[in-house]
Amino acid sequence: MNPNPLARSDPRWLRALLIAVTVLFLGLFLFLPLLTVFLEALRKGVGAYFTSFRDPAARSAIWLTLLTAGIAVPCNLVFGLVASWAVAKFEFKGKNVLITLIDLPFAVSPVISGLIYVLMFGAQGWFGTWLAAHHLHIIFAVPGIVLATIFVTFPFVARELIPLMQEQDTDEEYAAISLGASGWQTFWRVTLPNVKWALLYGVVLCNARAMGEFGAVSVVSGHIRGLTNTMPLHVEILYNEYNFVAAFAVASLLALLALVTLIAKTVLESRIRTEVPALDASALETIR
Amino acid sequence: MSIEARHISKRFGNFQALRNVSLKVNDGELVALLGPSGSGKTTLLRIISGLEEADPDPSSAILFHGEDVTASRAGQRRVGFVFQHYALFRNMTVFDNIAFGLRVRPRRLRPTESAIRQKVEELLHLIHLRELAPRFPSQLSGGQRQRVALARALAIEPRVLLLDEPFGALDAKVRHGLRRWLRRLHDEIHITSLLVTHDQEEALEVADRVVVMRDGRIEQEGTPEEVYHHPTSEFVMDFMGNVNLFHGRIESGKAVFGPLVLDHAGAKVPDGHGARLFVRPFELDISRQQNGLPGMKARVTRVQSAGAQVRIELSSESGETMHVEMPHSRFRERAVAPKDDVFVTLLGSRIFLEEQTSTNNNGGKLS
Repeated sequence: MNPNPLARSDPRWLRALLIAVTVLFLGLFLFLPLLTVFLEALRKGVGAYFTSFRDPAARSAIWLTLLTAGIAVPCNLVFGLVASWAVAKFEFKGKNVLITLIDLPFAVSPVISGLIYVLMFGAQGWFGTWLAAHHLHIIFAVPGIVLATIFVTFPFVARELIPLMQEQDTDEEYAAISLGASGWQTFWRVTLPNVKWALLYGVVLCNARAMGEFGAVSVVSGHIRGLTNTMPLHVEILYNEYNFVAAFAVASLLALLALVTLIAKTVLESRIRTEVPALDASALETIR
Repeated sequence: MSIEARHISKRFGNFQALRNVSLKVNDGELVALLGPSGSGKTTLLRIISGLEEADPDPSSAILFHGEDVTASRAGQRRVGFVFQHYALFRNMTVFDNIAFGLRVRPRRLRPTESAIRQKVEELLHLIHLRELAPRFPSQLSGGQRQRVALARALAIEPRVLLLDEPFGALDAKVRHGLRRWLRRLHDEIHITSLLVTHDQEEALEVADRVVVMRDGRIEQEGTPEEVYHHPTSEFVMDFMGNVNLFHGRIESGKAVFGPLVLDHAGAKVPDGHGARLFVRPFELDISRQQNGLPGMKARVTRVQSAGAQVRIELSSESGETMHVEMPHSRFRERAVAPKDDVFVTLLGSRIFLEEQTSTNNNGGKLS
């Protein structure tokens, strides 16, 4: 039987209409564009599709994207763990300010995020002269791209972990410590296993954004072909050059990444439920 | 292994949780720290365990068996700590939970895996949960979880056992069974134990000695019998169970509570001094006629006989509600029913003057 009472009381036509609107909307704005990406990429056949990846510029863009995500994601993993540990397990002044600040990259336009780094490290920026004197290149170079990506993606892991860690309180950690475990053992054996699925979920989202980021990276990259182009930037360049097959071929990789991310996200969401104590029988018993 | 806490104070922001508390638990004793929430009992327990630190004070110290452990961290004190909400490691099986304390030891102190296995098997046997070793905490009932938590605490062969409201999250029936089991277990292994509870029944049933706390101070300590039968303050009297309260005053050496006039053997106080009479429900009896014992007229309003004792609610002439409890056999002799007019007589009572000194008054004569 349908557990939702609304489903029984609403007229049949209304249900049909609502479902139709949802399907139409999703089809028009999600499935159709996704399909277009793959169709356009394969328009001139499978051969042309794979030839697109033989271009050194394409390979360099893919490599740079992997490198950027490979640095940004671990950084934010560590940052996310540290920040959520601090927020969830300790009481200190300015905690709310910290939580708000963690959300800052969500609130700021990515272009602005990129611009901040240009203003700081660019030739006319605060540290510009010093950097130039020491022959250090940040803006229009790989370090700038990595920095901008880290900034844009740092809330993902922390945002996932903070509510969960707050929910789980500190009793298990106290228990571990009273049993003689060191801080490190407590972290590896108790805290981390308790949040592992949520952590992985945050990492998946963080990774998707790190690889797909356009705005912030675009500002700091300088679009030097074969050197400072990530995949999204490379797609743009190819498209502007009317090289549609190659543009959509690279885009299809990003689309595939999105699909893998979605699947991983769905699987992880069901696993996270086992970590949320509110759904645990012991908590229910306590409430009773 | 005795526990001693000396001059412990603790402040959380504006809240003074403990005010210069000193406490001693003798070797092999099971002591209950009893008090309402906010009385500081859990804070004291956590300070003894090392999970919390006392406010700095040169005279304050925690000693185990005379050895000062104030400076050592929780993990070094070798205390078994049992949490109200079990705090079992949710990602580990029952077996791994119990083995945890042994497996995290530094390599040179760590028993071999087979020795650990043997120890865990022993403890599982002790808590009667051998067949549940491969289960996860979420697959256990509350009572089973708390037994696992106890086994986990005992695995490290603690010097003392500290229990923070261990049965607080369990339903009444499981709670009763488990605390009797805990008492038997304690009689078997004689580990010095300190148990925090807000349930006076639990404290009286389980403990060798009860320490009543209030507002961060120790209000009274003694055997369950002493604390129950000879409370030194109104607070303890009230906290130890249901009580009937009458307000009155002292007049020419007697304590006067409306129609009740009682001898008062306590400190000499001027006439008109406020006094309060505390009478436990079972210290009241009901009779049809006045029988020489101090008493007053009342009307039966409600009789509740479902239970070990019959509970009778009465209303005095001045409209105050009184509760009487008596065994079924006596209730059948008295044969009272709602709306009957009866005499309520005093079998025992306790008078507290306003500055809270008490005098026993066992069926004092009417004057």
